[in-house]
Amino acid sequence: MTDLRVCHLYPEHLNIYADRGNIAVLRARTQWRGIGFRVDGCGPGDELPTADLYYVGGGQDRDQLLIADDLRARTDGLRAAVDDGAWLLAVCGGYQMLGHYYRGHRGDEMRGTGLVDLVTEAGQTRMIGNITIDCELRPGEPLTVVGFENHAGRTQLGDGLRPLGRVLRGHGNNGRDGGEGVHAGRIVGTYVHGPLLPKNPALADLLIAAALERRHGTVALEPLDDRLEHSAHEVAVAIAGR
Amino acid sequence: MGRVRGVTGFPAKVAAARAAAGLSRRTHAGGGTTLPGKLLLRMAPDAIERMAPRLSEGAVAVSATNGKTTTAKMLASMLEPERSLCRNTAGANLASGVASALLHCRRADLGVFEVDEAALAGVARGLRPHVTVLGNLFRDQLDRYGELEAIAARWQEMTAQLPAEAQLVRNGDDPLLASLEHAGPALTFGIDDAGSELAEMQHASDSKWCPACGTRLRYEHVYLGHLGEWSCPGCGRRRPRLDVWADTISPMGLDGTRFVLRTPLGDAAVELPLPGLYNVYNALAAAAAACAVGRVDVERLAVGLERFDAAFGRFERLRIGQRDAVLMLAKNPAGANELIRTLASDERPKQLLIALNDRIADGRDVSWIWDVDFELLAGGVQEIVTTGTRASEMAMRLKYGGIETDRLVVAEGIAAGLDQALADGDGPAYLLCTYTAMLELRAVLQRRGVVRPYWEPA
Repeated sequence: MTDLRVCHLYPEHLNIYADRGNIAVLRARTQWRGIGFRVDGCGPGDELPTADLYYVGGGQDRDQLLIADDLRARTDGLRAAVDDGAWLLAVCGGYQMLGHYYRGHRGDEMRGTGLVDLVTEAGQTRMIGNITIDCELRPGEPLTVVGFENHAGRTQLGDGLRPLGRVLRGHGNNGRDGGEGVHAGRIVGTYVHGPLLPKNPALADLLIAAALERRHGTVALEPLDDRLEHSAHEVAVAIAGR
Repeated sequence: MGRVRGVTGFPAKVAAARAAAGLSRRTHAGGGTTLPGKLLLRMAPDAIERMAPRLSEGAVAVSATNGKTTTAKMLASMLEPERSLCRNTAGANLASGVASALLHCRRADLGVFEVDEAALAGVARGLRPHVTVLGNLFRDQLDRYGELEAIAARWQEMTAQLPAEAQLVRNGDDPLLASLEHAGPALTFGIDDAGSELAEMQHASDSKWCPACGTRLRYEHVYLGHLGEWSCPGCGRRRPRLDVWADTISPMGLDGTRFVLRTPLGDAAVELPLPGLYNVYNALAAAAAACAVGRVDVERLAVGLERFDAAFGRFERLRIGQRDAVLMLAKNPAGANELIRTLASDERPKQLLIALNDRIADGRDVSWIWDVDFELLAGGVQEIVTTGTRASEMAMRLKYGGIETDRLVVAEGIAAGLDQALADGDGPAYLLCTYTAMLELRAVLQRRGVVRPYWEPA
């Protein structure tokens, strides 16, 4: 039977922007199609489970500090998993920790995993509000992603890296270069929460299909009745556009 | 508002601000609940400090993420017959609301003010409350308030600066509040009832880690969110000894809660006309505050609670045409979870309206609805109508929570949503609203003659 295995990293620490909504969507959209689903939580000190998709969310500063060392120690394990075909989706604080470091207002520095060549520095103000981006996770399939952002960090991507999308409304990575998030191979990072996946079912399905490829090859996902999802998406795009 | 010129001297400023209140009410611009105070504070930034000494017995400031309106109203219900109180109303709980209330009360013995958690430190500097009541800290509107730790840090700064004779009333079951330091007397309240505990921690629990050392807290009992009988295996901190507590708690469905109230003044059996454990916490906060104020006996506390009318939109019962309805304000995951848990405890199939707005006062970020355990409603609802600026997003959340889509109706506009929710079923309709959605809903009800304007005293 086709099945999707998800690993939710630090569900107890990194869950500030309703990250469990993303997991609920992955679960429902696979199960509704008769695809098996399993999620394993992974907390500090736990062995890293084998999975097709790794998810890491955001937390309060204090909670992020509590798991930072543990996450850094998993860098090689996560890199090996991604090399083996797994996807890694990181949102908000988790996204920042993909990079080399996060530098706070007072110059205090929290080292990240360095899985992706990016750095983040705190700005004087928080970037808060609805956000819409244009993205093309799978070449030739452009889609609009909508949600909410709330971050003090300004993220700068290394040379040659491409953002997940271009900002249509909102701030994105740093409010300057028009980029939002990062898409590096099978690693996706973004500031878009809300949560990310419920209002963006097309993105959710792309990620599900991509993650299934590791063990099941190309899986054609049956269409679902997404009328509520599309309506929620469109309302959010309209509100962000005001 | 431009600069106000030509008004000099504090009494003249007070008179000008009072005149503005009258004007605001006559022009129906609002209840005059914040504007006069705002105007006065602009003319005289130290207005609260200058007016506060008129209160012969001083002031009580009540703050919390959830329950401050209800707690302040319960406290008033306990103290009111013997004392003339000065109170701010209807969530006008920033400095401007407190200043407006002081403007309106020419002769009052005691101030009872609910104060926004982010505004508390500033208000307390001028007000110098004799009693400060800290109810709880939950995750709330991150886009507006920032993180929980930031509020806790501001409260710590404030309690450290309270004069030594000022009394602190705090919820000992909340680890963040139990750790606040204060040089003067403190009264600690909490629940001590193994029968009321939750099977497991709710998802939205915020404060699972010791505020002092970061170790995961151990809970003997969890009552609500992160509130409970806690201890830290790392540094040995634990819930302080309780001065005021409830035990033998037994819910009476949606009609209310029975419990035994234990205080330094004695014990009393209470029948609280409000459901939910969170209202037991509110009652305990009010009882502890009344003990701190003094000149009251335990019978007064019990009578005050039993005669209590639900505050503005807090399980407020209404009669709309031939239907009973219950109005509930949901602002954040912890508060909404308690409402959902209370609703789910009544097994009859229910008719619900959920009105979700995303205006500034609601929080622009609606992701919090995913931290609410709407899953508990699956199987127990006849129909849920969603409305508000994010109506379809709310319906989608319910769909992923396991509510069948043929039981979901998305309505355009609050009035249409209300009609739809009242059209079917025969039991009470439960109307769950975010803050601005509730104001809109009340405006609709008011036009239909159902409720009074919110600035009229109940």
